[in-house]
Amino acid sequence: MNDIISGLRVAAATMAICVAGYTTVILTFAQVVTPATANGSLISRQDGSVIGSRLIAQAFTSPEYVWPRPSAVGYDAGGAGGSNLSSANPQLADRAEALIEAHGGVSRADPIPADLVTASGAGLDPHVSVEGAMFQAGRVAQARGVEPAAITAIIDRLAERPGGFLTDEQIVNVLELNLALDAELSVQAVAD
Amino acid sequence: MEHVIIVALILGGTTLLSLPLGAWMKLAMDPSSGRMSRWTGLFARIGGTAEEQGWKGYLVTMLTFNAIMFTVVFLILALQHYLPLNPDGMGAHDPTLVFNTAASFTTNTNLQHYSGEASMSYLSQLAGLMWLQFVSAATGIAALAALARGIAGRPSLGNFMVDVQRASLLVLLPLAVVVAVLMVLGGMPMTLQGSAVATTLEGVTQTIARGPVAAFLTIKQLGTNGGGFFGPNATHPLENPTFWTNGLAMIAIMLIPMACVWMFGGILGRMKHAAVIFSVMTVFILVKITGSVVFESAPTPAFAELPVSTDAGNLEGKELRFGATGGPLWAVLTTSTSNGSVGAMHDSLNPLTGLMPMAGMWLNATFGGVGVGMINMFLYIVVAVFVAGMMVGRTPEYLGHRIEAKEVRLAILALFSHAFLILGGTALFAATSLGQSTVQDPGAHGFSEILYEFTSAAANNGSGFEGLGDGTAAWNIATGIVMLIGRFLPIILPLAIIGSLMAKRRAAESAGTLGVEDATFGTMLGLTVVVFGALTFLPAAALGPLAEHFSLP
Repeated sequence: MNDIISGLRVAAATMAICVAGYTTVILTFAQVVTPATANGSLISRQDGSVIGSRLIAQAFTSPEYVWPRPSAVGYDAGGAGGSNLSSANPQLADRAEALIEAHGGVSRADPIPADLVTASGAGLDPHVSVEGAMFQAGRVAQARGVEPAAITAIIDRLAERPGGFLTDEQIVNVLELNLALDAELSVQAVAD
Repeated sequence: MEHVIIVALILGGTTLLSLPLGAWMKLAMDPSSGRMSRWTGLFARIGGTAEEQGWKGYLVTMLTFNAIMFTVVFLILALQHYLPLNPDGMGAHDPTLVFNTAASFTTNTNLQHYSGEASMSYLSQLAGLMWLQFVSAATGIAALAALARGIAGRPSLGNFMVDVQRASLLVLLPLAVVVAVLMVLGGMPMTLQGSAVATTLEGVTQTIARGPVAAFLTIKQLGTNGGGFFGPNATHPLENPTFWTNGLAMIAIMLIPMACVWMFGGILGRMKHAAVIFSVMTVFILVKITGSVVFESAPTPAFAELPVSTDAGNLEGKELRFGATGGPLWAVLTTSTSNGSVGAMHDSLNPLTGLMPMAGMWLNATFGGVGVGMINMFLYIVVAVFVAGMMVGRTPEYLGHRIEAKEVRLAILALFSHAFLILGGTALFAATSLGQSTVQDPGAHGFSEILYEFTSAAANNGSGFEGLGDGTAAWNIATGIVMLIGRFLPIILPLAIIGSLMAKRRAAESAGTLGVEDATFGTMLGLTVVVFGALTFLPAAALGPLAEHFSLP
């Protein structure tokens, strides 16, 4: 009996300090110091409506945009998840074949970058590899009526190493890249 | 080269940080006198008790407190649709899911048969699950402190109510504040606003779930809890936005389990002994990391016949921002400790890579869960000392305690219960429609999915292989029971061993006592772990990951 009363008192104390106190401190800090990222790194239009989050992949299917990695959950940012298919599951090959066709087909000599045919863990990976973006530059350039060099220049500018000198691979944020394409190449696209 | 540098930075850096933290934990958990004992007075007033407890008293108080934890959170989860802090209007849960989730977080497992962003209110996440992430981890630290006091020959094991507050408020809370602030600066969300609704560039509506992620995620990692705020855990970009938050999270996963070894050595006053144990654990973890990183650099086997670039290795279920090392390294760290958060989808790992996380959970003592990992290693130590004593024909002694038949029986019972829960559960579900109808992949991989789920539950890890329809009542109840037994039996039995040792006269250590501070002891301990831990599970490994690997084209 004493144990129960004592346990309830300790439960109340830890609940007050570790839940209410701790959450309030971190919440206040986040909302004061980094309000933009604390609320989900949202990107908005001039009128205030939200385009998306720079951390969350969104679907792109039009030829004038660079497409993200496939998503096992259809880019559902309210119910994220991966394919959870075993790495030898034939469904992975079926999906990859369909995507290769959507990307206009490839040859063995010039294979498609693996990230464009694999779904990420949450299905919301906001990045593609620079190779994956460059792979799509021809299609994007044609749809926008510009030289591929105009596209690759923007990709090069936005490319980043996620871990600085610790990582070799370069990646690029798809939403930011497509926003840059719209901002810088909209004139040519209209002229076409 | 990239792999070697990152592994060295994460493991080496965490080892260095664990030394001062271990010293602090010894001071905080076991203050001999002086300034730290002020806190003891405060905690005694809060709990209304500070009486010295024997092993039975300590155990009863601990189990009572855990029953309260379970009940409080069961009620919060069951009633979440009537309670405040629910901006997205989450509804009621299935009762078996509430049982499973309350058991899962009370036992420090954090196996999740639900998806946080789709079904949990913010109150359930914070006052229910996050509270348990603090106090269940604190329970583990308290149990280890009590065990160490017993081995050190103290007349009592301390007082659980005081210990659990020391661990929550002096160890976990300050660390959580520091790490959560760093996570916030790293770009992690921390808000009580509900989901954001976006209209994408192509004009589609996208609902973006968010919430008080930074606070939740931090204690999830520090306390080897592992339950994600979002369904896909640390692969979710809002739960792990950058390479740097990923690195910080991996350090947070390892930090307290490592420091627990030093705290154990500190309370015993045998730091060299702790260093030998630490080295054995490090060897195991390095073997698993090497295996994981090497096996995962092979390309996705499903693409063998397709024109897909093979340079990047297997990218299914992985995030690009963590780099090539992030996924496989995390998979080993999270399963060596009983954390269970995931940084890549384990179901989509190459077959042999998938074996590494399973091996980590089968051993469950290569750092292991907060507090309880070291307790599991104590069981292996008892067995190793006994076997070593038999080999040279002397009475086995551990730090002056005579290890006899009774102690060894209890240790073996605890170690075998782990195997029994995993293999028994797997056999039942693999042989019947209970499990067969829920697997997603055919053949050996489907077997691995069932094996992994029971392994994760019994080891109180909580990671999921996934690819498993584990939301059924049968899975909820079976894994809920396995988690409860897998948590409390390996705490009860070691404390019973301590009780048995304390009742005997302690022998003076002499030249004939088995040394526990040299490489011979380390080797003996390592071999015991391999023979007992690994060989028990070899047949199951052969039916699952090994069979799958050798059947690849």
